[in-house]
Amino acid sequence: MASGVKPRVKVPRTAAVGDVITIKTLISHKMESGQRKDKEGNIIPQSIINTFSCDFNGQNIMSVDLSGAVSTNPYFQFEATVPEAGDFTFTWNDDDGSVYTETKSVKIG
Amino acid sequence: MDFTRRDALILGAGAATAALLPVGVFAAAGDEEIAAFTGGADVSEGGVELTAPEIAENGNTVPVAVSAPGATAIMLLAMGNPSPRVATFNFGPLAGAQAASTRIRLAGTQEVVAIAKLADGSFARASSNVKVTIGGCGG
Repeated sequence: MASGVKPRVKVPRTAAVGDVITIKTLISHKMESGQRKDKEGNIIPQSIINTFSCDFNGQNIMSVDLSGAVSTNPYFQFEATVPEAGDFTFTWNDDDGSVYTETKSVKIG
Repeated sequence: MDFTRRDALILGAGAATAALLPVGVFAAAGDEEIAAFTGGADVSEGGVELTAPEIAENGNTVPVAVSAPGATAIMLLAMGNPSPRVATFNFGPLAGAQAASTRIRLAGTQEVVAIAKLADGSFARASSNVKVTIGGCGG
């Protein structure tokens, strides 16, 4: 499942120093749970995004271990402190070894 | 072969037990996941908040939110799913709040549990019963 995976991230463009901002992320991914069966009754093997993490200038904000029970197109909403201007890095790791990343800058002002 | 009334009752009782059994098995798996996360430590009530709908029409996307001030990690479990583990949130130094929300799959009406690992090493638990109209595990 390396096709059609598209990360979307919503981060405010500017923030004041020390502000707590809300971040929303969504990545289009099937999240095949490993529980479903195809027409012949064979189990469709699990294929999911197994970890997600969000960092700011190299410091971790949140990381998540996912399982097959997370819905299609995994969505996360969480909060982050902005100590300075810099870049948010979002990383998703797929079961098939693919890594999807997205970067968003935030300015102080 | 003729079924007597007695045979039918015995068969029915057997079928009912078989139908109930998987729920028990899943629940035990959920308890094992909790034990693996806490390392067998005591889990107290309170200190963690779990927001989940009372009734979810579609088990494929059930919005849930967890929040535990001061927690380092929160584990989310669906006790009635074939595999109870849902997600584990680990919070870093820049987390604005130890809170997150996501969408999960629920196989059927069941208990959703959040276990928070607090900064002092203790564990807190919250649970919520969610009624699911259409299950979200395919099949």
